[in-house]
Amino acid sequence: MRNTIAQLKKGEKAIILEFDVEAIPLKLLEMGCLPGNMVELLQIAPFGDPLYLNINGSHLAIRLETAREIEVDILKNL
Amino acid sequence: MPSTKNINVALIGNPNTGKTSVFNQLTGLNQQVGNYPGITVEKKVGFCKLPYNTKANILDLPGTYSLNASSIDENVVIEMLLNKNDKLYPDVALVITDVENLKRNLLLFTQIKDLEIPTILVINMADRMVHKGISLNIPYLEEKFKTRIAVISSRKGHGMDELKDLIVHYNSLSTEPCLNASSIDPEYFGQLRKTFPNQLLYKLWLVITQDVNFLNLERNEIRNSFTKSHSDLKRLQQKETIKRYQFINDVLKEGQQIDLTVAKDFRSKLDLVLTHKFWGYVIFFGILFVIFQSIFEWSAMPMDFIDSTFAALSNWTAETMPPGILTNLISQGIIPGIGGILIFIPQIAFLFLFISILEESGYMSRVVFLMDKIMRRFGLSGKSVVPLISGTACAIPAIMATRNIENWKERLITILVTPFTTCSARLPVYAIIIALVIPDKRILGFLNMQGLTLMLLYLLGFATAILSASLLNKILKIKGKTYFVVEMPGYKLPLFKNVAINVIEETKAFVFGAGKIILAISVILWFLASNGPGPEFENAQKIVTEQNVGRPLSPAQFENAVASQKVENSYIGLMGKSIEPVISPLGYDWKIGIAVISSFAAREVFVGTLATIYSVGDSDNEVTIKNKMQSEVNPKTKVPVFNFASGISLLLFYAFALQCASTLAVTRKETNGWKWPIIQLICMSGLAYVVALTAYQLLAP
Repeated sequence: MRNTIAQLKKGEKAIILEFDVEAIPLKLLEMGCLPGNMVELLQIAPFGDPLYLNINGSHLAIRLETAREIEVDILKNL
Repeated sequence: MPSTKNINVALIGNPNTGKTSVFNQLTGLNQQVGNYPGITVEKKVGFCKLPYNTKANILDLPGTYSLNASSIDENVVIEMLLNKNDKLYPDVALVITDVENLKRNLLLFTQIKDLEIPTILVINMADRMVHKGISLNIPYLEEKFKTRIAVISSRKGHGMDELKDLIVHYNSLSTEPCLNASSIDPEYFGQLRKTFPNQLLYKLWLVITQDVNFLNLERNEIRNSFTKSHSDLKRLQQKETIKRYQFINDVLKEGQQIDLTVAKDFRSKLDLVLTHKFWGYVIFFGILFVIFQSIFEWSAMPMDFIDSTFAALSNWTAETMPPGILTNLISQGIIPGIGGILIFIPQIAFLFLFISILEESGYMSRVVFLMDKIMRRFGLSGKSVVPLISGTACAIPAIMATRNIENWKERLITILVTPFTTCSARLPVYAIIIALVIPDKRILGFLNMQGLTLMLLYLLGFATAILSASLLNKILKIKGKTYFVVEMPGYKLPLFKNVAINVIEETKAFVFGAGKIILAISVILWFLASNGPGPEFENAQKIVTEQNVGRPLSPAQFENAVASQKVENSYIGLMGKSIEPVISPLGYDWKIGIAVISSFAAREVFVGTLATIYSVGDSDNEVTIKNKMQSEVNPKTKVPVFNFASGISLLLFYAFALQCASTLAVTRKETNGWKWPIIQLICMSGLAYVVALTAYQLLAP
């Protein structure tokens, strides 16, 4: 199984891979959540959800269920 | 060349780009600036004088992330930009961007360019460039984006003259799109172009993908022949978005330099504290506590002042003007009615002061982030926190604030439960009943029982909202993918001007919106109470005289007795008596029944109605009303009408009942129909009745 944004640890960065368009709101795509862009997990809300991300320079929060749909390549120790 | 007619200028941009600040700078007509996404919801038009004797109408469109609408507010933008016949259709569009979020903000810019409207790219918040180590190659960007660029700072007022100059010369702007988005599917778009040679390709694409009103006649035709499956369309939209970002990335690679070693970041430090799993909640509830304390502490004095001023004014009118119907209407109907509206201004103003500071600073988004998981357990969203908090001022703006909840089910539940939160209109009712039935004693030496009761009623409101939300969550079967995206804007120091404007605008909206209804009800009530159908009403004076033969009455006592006789036989008195069987199990007499009915339109009418009915005349002198209410005794049982049981029953009734016509109106508007407001009314009032009934039957002496 591949990693998704939901598996990121705080402070980790990753590159977004292809994902199922149906599962992702268009608004998220438009905010820069697109294959090839970098995503960084800035904060995890108390109780583990939602996630506070920096995607391609945009600061936004999404829920875990959406984060699970977005596959990523985690960047190690950059 | 500058023309003689007014230029139409539209301001378009993502939320949190300072778009409304630009609007304020251009027009001086002041509006609200928010940090919370989606705060600008109404169509706002201003007027601006430009160089060369040119004038412009400035239209502030709701903030939107793209032309693919996902909310009512965003639909407004698209419909405006697609409708060339609209009288405000822009001659020139200003796309406002934030220099720190240029990449994302430019997506919308490329879409606007595709509509072939002359467009100026406004890069705002330029004063932060130095802190963030950002430098821009403007001539290069202008060439690539085929536009002119204004670099401004709307907070500091920099660059506005240059911007105005660009607006005046809008005719020289290129209307050529800056990229060819149709290359994502040449075959499909080629067909589309062939079939509708006279229409702009991008417009057609928007009509196919969006639910907007445009070219109503042709719309079905376009849809039928060019429809694709939902997922195919979405795939194409994704491709389109990628295409646009590729273009933007390529241009910015050359045109924008960011020196990360210079960038200072206090956002992450503040975030660490404000969204901390312990301190985050401590700070949030601390802020709430301060807000509620100050709303009650600080507004007490101005409220007393307004109260006594209107009481005095009413008295003065009654004494100065010649006696008659007109004088009565003014002194008993209109003046108390207006007073009943204005008395809420201090509380509303304070509440909006705090809310707009929280929004302006960017803190509200952190609260949404912090509360989402908890709220979701009850079928709500983190974004429901804002409506539930502002519901303590008034449910009307609170329900409108649900618009940025993306998920329809979560939004609907929020709309339905928000009226349970204790709004400021319940306060006068609570205040007088608590004063009557709860002893003014302390328990444990420091807890005032009256204050404690009030606090419990607030908690009861929140608890009922949350519990009914989780019930609705189980009952309602609304499918639809839930999703949740919330932008976390950078922290900003709230601008005094923006906050002040917001408070003034919201207060005005309350006075003229809700105020009209309260005033109308007061006047109708006055009419119904001062007219009656039968001889018992007409001959009140005679009847009282006959009843009291041999008993000397002072002139004041006599007048009061006449007034009571009149009210009892007035239209409203008869109405009250006819519903007595329904309300007597709750411990209310017909007079309370009338007050309950008349306060259906607005809860705060309750006290005024009782005042009128108990013929106190001066409805704002609380001591007199209170004394009068205290001495009311049930003629059959000899028990005081306002005893502990009936008082608690009334308090609970008002805590649950939907006694507010404006809330119903706004629910109808936000849910597009009468179904939900009617359900809301029946459920809330039914609950109120059952709870009040149970309480009275258990407590009754």
